[in-house]
Amino acid sequence: MVALADTPVLAGDRSIRARRVAFGLAGLLLLTSLLSLSHGASGVRLDLVLQSWLAGHDVPARDWLILWEIRLPRMLTGVLVGASLAVGGAVMQGLFRNPLADPGLVGVGAGAGLGAVLAIVLGGQAPAWVAAWLGWNMVPVAAFMGGWLSTMVLYRVSTRAGRTSTATMLLAGIALGALAGAATGILVYVADDRQLRDLTFWGLGSLGGASWPKIAAAGPVMLLALLAAPFLARGLNGLSLGEAAAHHIGLPVQRVKHVAILTVAAATGAAVAVSGGIGFIGIVVPHLLRLATGPDHRYLLVNAALLGATLLLLADLIARSIIAPAELPIGIVTAVIGAPVFLWILLRRRGLVDL
Amino acid sequence: MLTNRSLHASLGRTAVLHGITTSAAPGRIVAVIGPNGSGKTTLLRAISGDVAYDGRIALDGADLADLKPWELAARRGVLPQAATLAFPFTVAEVVRLGLTSGTQADRSDLIGRALAEVDLTGFSGRYYQELSGGQQARVQLARVRAQVWDPVVAGRPRWLFLDEPVAALDIAHQIGVMRVLRRFADAGGGVVIVLHDLNLAAMVADDVWLIHDGLLLDAGSPARVIGGSALAEAYGCPIVANRLPGPQATFVLPHGLWAAAG
Repeated sequence: MVALADTPVLAGDRSIRARRVAFGLAGLLLLTSLLSLSHGASGVRLDLVLQSWLAGHDVPARDWLILWEIRLPRMLTGVLVGASLAVGGAVMQGLFRNPLADPGLVGVGAGAGLGAVLAIVLGGQAPAWVAAWLGWNMVPVAAFMGGWLSTMVLYRVSTRAGRTSTATMLLAGIALGALAGAATGILVYVADDRQLRDLTFWGLGSLGGASWPKIAAAGPVMLLALLAAPFLARGLNGLSLGEAAAHHIGLPVQRVKHVAILTVAAATGAAVAVSGGIGFIGIVVPHLLRLATGPDHRYLLVNAALLGATLLLLADLIARSIIAPAELPIGIVTAVIGAPVFLWILLRRRGLVDL
Repeated sequence: MLTNRSLHASLGRTAVLHGITTSAAPGRIVAVIGPNGSGKTTLLRAISGDVAYDGRIALDGADLADLKPWELAARRGVLPQAATLAFPFTVAEVVRLGLTSGTQADRSDLIGRALAEVDLTGFSGRYYQELSGGQQARVQLARVRAQVWDPVVAGRPRWLFLDEPVAALDIAHQIGVMRVLRRFADAGGGVVIVLHDLNLAAMVADDVWLIHDGLLLDAGSPARVIGGSALAEAYGCPIVANRLPGPQATFVLPHGLWAAAG
């Protein structure tokens, strides 16, 4: 092992900076997680609870309950959903070789939403063995299937000979989103009162409904996507040269594409199933990181997970404190922050893309 | 040794190659010439493993169809005609992409050396997208060179397959790139290069393959192929080859220009 001082860093090699950023982001996420745990409408203070617990005093059962049954699931859900949305966006952008490919914008989120609504409304009519087999997982699995189908269709429509047209991708995304929205509308129309209540809560785009059963159902899907993503890093790096060149440098291109599509669907589907549509995390986080440390996916994917989780926890903190004790849907907060960033990317790239 | 036996290939429903049998030896530069649409690029893509083909392609004894992508990548680098890049990578990062499947033990200095070879020392920190077309072409060449840096590994030659690598370059850098290829071949590597510039092909190639309508019309030394009668037939215009005294001194001028004007 050569000491770092002996090998001058080649200009343009941002890998060391990217690794430092990863450590910084991990620290930031830890801080934000603690903030999320210690902040809530009930006024229970994490530090006081822990202090008295460590000192051997009795902690009121209500305080434990608030921390363990409300704040901890909410914080964990925020971390998983934020990381999944950001990683899903980064993987999708790498697959489409396009920084504007956000699952929420190009119909994948809507497709996943349709899957979730299908499961909520028609899940009761599913054969008994399906219901028994999937149980609580039916909504996230259906959302995954919806996301997967729409990603496949979108890729087929917008990619020719290994190249993706930005215009086709965005327009096809609008069409897919409209189609999924229409189908969702029909389902909402035929839903009964109990299902409508479920749908409304789900559709708000909030972490408010976080619970342990929900984490148990959707968490593994998100974890799987997050763990699969780093193995895609070299493949997505290669794909940025185009499919032919990716093959030339030794990558199994078809396998990379299939795994990438499944990862996007799993990350987006499970996140949508838990928290409804939360936009712009998937586009803002990877873009900021590419500006800071470059597009190398070996670092981008890890850092996106950390920053996505942090940003969503912060958005959640804003959403539940700005009009406390009421809560703003978190999707509104991310849209207010994210939409201008999206427009800014468009403006910066206007000369580079033939929209 | 690269050998093609009765190679047939199609693009979509159009048959492009109609049975090409030829071979290239390591240590030599093969220039593939022929008019537009003759099948040069498809031939290069076939030996690169990019398009489906009928017939047999063997690379140093191994059937191309049996090699996995990463095994292929350890044996040959490919420079496609139009190279693209999706995200704002720096020059150093682009060259490093070529090291994905590299077999070098010591690669720490390879990026700098590959850039020096194409006269881009000091460009490693620049954004690829902000370079000129010719500079981008040289960065891509450096990436491909880094992938197969050593021309011979464990007694087996490595190959460079290049499609029009100098089309965007000024004449000094055209010659610079040709020198890079010459050194690679002289050190035991194999080079197959698609060229439009007949004079450049005559100057640099050891062997020339003349492709016309998906068939190998002629193959041999530049003096033979570029000086031969098949050339004018393939291009469909009068071409007169001239010779200067000395080795590799065949050159052609588009004599048809004056004939048409007169």
